[in-house]
Amino acid sequence: MSNKVIYAIYNDDDILMDAVKKTRAAHHHIEEVFTPFPVHGLDKAMGIAPTRLAICAFLYGCIGISVATAMMNYIMIQDWPQDIGGKPSFSYIENMPAFVPIMFELTVFFAAHLMVITFYMRSKLWPFKEAENPDVRTTDDHFLMEVAVKDNEEELVSFFQSTGAVEVKVIEKH
Amino acid sequence: MYTFSSKLKTFSFLLMAMGVLGIGYGFWSAPKDIQEVETLLAAESHGSHGEVKHETSKSVGAYDASKGHEESQSTKEESNPKVLHTNSTSEAVTESHESSLHAEVAEKKGGHEISEETEHAEHLNHVLHQLQNKPWAAFYVACIFFMLVSLGVLSFYAIQQVAQAGWSPVLFRVMQGITSYLPVGSVVFFIVLLLCGLHLNHLFIWLDPEVVATDKLIANKAGYLNFPFWIVRAAIFLTGWSLYHYYSRKNCLAQDEASDDLFYKKNFKLSAMFLVFFIVTESIMSWDWIMSIDPHWFSTLFGWYVFSSFFVSGITTIALVTLYLKSRGFLEHVNTSHIHDLAKFMFGFSIFWTYLWFSQYMLIWYANIPEEVTYYITRIELYNLPFFGAVVMNFVFPLLILVNTDFKRITWVLVMAGAVILVGHYIDFFNMIMPGTVGDRWFIGVSEIASVLFFLGLFIYVVFTALTKVPLLPKRNPFIEESKHFHY
Repeated sequence: MSNKVIYAIYNDDDILMDAVKKTRAAHHHIEEVFTPFPVHGLDKAMGIAPTRLAICAFLYGCIGISVATAMMNYIMIQDWPQDIGGKPSFSYIENMPAFVPIMFELTVFFAAHLMVITFYMRSKLWPFKEAENPDVRTTDDHFLMEVAVKDNEEELVSFFQSTGAVEVKVIEKH
Repeated sequence: MYTFSSKLKTFSFLLMAMGVLGIGYGFWSAPKDIQEVETLLAAESHGSHGEVKHETSKSVGAYDASKGHEESQSTKEESNPKVLHTNSTSEAVTESHESSLHAEVAEKKGGHEISEETEHAEHLNHVLHQLQNKPWAAFYVACIFFMLVSLGVLSFYAIQQVAQAGWSPVLFRVMQGITSYLPVGSVVFFIVLLLCGLHLNHLFIWLDPEVVATDKLIANKAGYLNFPFWIVRAAIFLTGWSLYHYYSRKNCLAQDEASDDLFYKKNFKLSAMFLVFFIVTESIMSWDWIMSIDPHWFSTLFGWYVFSSFFVSGITTIALVTLYLKSRGFLEHVNTSHIHDLAKFMFGFSIFWTYLWFSQYMLIWYANIPEEVTYYITRIELYNLPFFGAVVMNFVFPLLILVNTDFKRITWVLVMAGAVILVGHYIDFFNMIMPGTVGDRWFIGVSEIASVLFFLGLFIYVVFTALTKVPLLPKRNPFIEESKHFHY
């Protein structure tokens, strides 16, 4: 069975937004939208679920502060509680102010780096990754909406032409 | 136009009436002379001691009656700043507050003979001053807190003007309403300062010529800490701030009727000048009105620390008043995005406050220089719960609640967080002022609560009366359209 998609290309983000809303209203399934820059409100118009990256970051931060606390408690208090310049190494809480800068930094470090790595993994980004541009112009000044064709090719083409697309292409995908 | 609901007006009068009664009771029940203190202390050390003292300083470890009077010997060790968390009994705490005095006494005991009676009389006199200070200090904390909250709003307002913020112009009238408390609060506050100068209380010990005569450290600061200079500074600061409030509001109203942006530009320049004036005067204000309570102690980032405390309280107040007015249907153009922005500021500046709180604390704790560290020794030993409780209320709670984007748009979450932040920063001011004025005699009782109620009532009455005077939406502000359609 052939796997055809439609590439509707726009050259204005306002027109694209309108087209997205119309496409959604007409119940055509949008596979993907390619834009050269973030279009404010596009994710909402497409009905994409909100990101949970912030929740991940919060949890990573919690891991970071736990690592910092466990590490310093073991090294400074449990393993070798030396008297260094009169600092009270009797319990963690007594010497805690001295540990706070590290606790803070490690919280931020874990939250930031693990969140970024999560982002890369979830969006499948890595070095030597093959680019997935359907049309080179989409990184410069064109916007492209990809919609799957079932058996309504004619209808879809005319629909997208009516939404202000500068170009409508039917592509065979493998 | 906003109409002051009669219920709220009655409520504010009720608060003021209750406050006046409580404040009056506080002054009436303060001991008048040494004899009263003597009977009080006698009652405390026999029988009722455990209960009464335990109530007043919950933070301190369990009271051990048998150890009660043996503690003065170990006081010197207790006050050694090496270990900040001591399990001292409340009795030890009483003593260690006067650690310097007692250290002296203990030393003299070795060589000279100091009669028990002199020591006892000195102790009684000390406690008398603390107890007499209590209603004054309670009044002072509430008075300066509410005045500085409106000052915090004023500085936020000036920043919004100068930054040409596109989101906040719909809230300008709310901010102007809140800052109209500033002139009223300033007058009350200035009167309190005058009364301090007239020696009606012992809030500022450097105002007492007898103390200055025997205290070299204070005497050396007399070039700065003397009553005429101090009160003139206060007058200049309070007048300067109130003048900015007055003219800024006047220009804003004139801009409504104008045909060009002249008044807007005037306000812009005025706000920029105010911010320069403000940051200088704010710093000096914090030395004059708060740091000079402990005239032996100094800290360089104190001005910023005080600023961050009342700034975040001011923003929280804006948010709460806005939420109230919005819930009554008076702020048509304020949407959840505006609220969200205010909540972000509440969150951000709560963390800023913590940053400064910790920076000041950690630097002094780490270096542990005796002349600086006594400030924190007093607070941690005598004010353990309020001292660390303020960090929980002003940092941990807002951090966990307001970190969530969705929560920043939910009214009841914000009201709850705002209430905790405001109470937390009242306690912050309490922690700054009480240890130097009443020492271990602190208690959040009738005087303290009544003073807060009185000023809260006055605040509500003045603010909401001012809000009825002018429309709640500026008409011709260049950013008003953007602000109406602001969404995030």
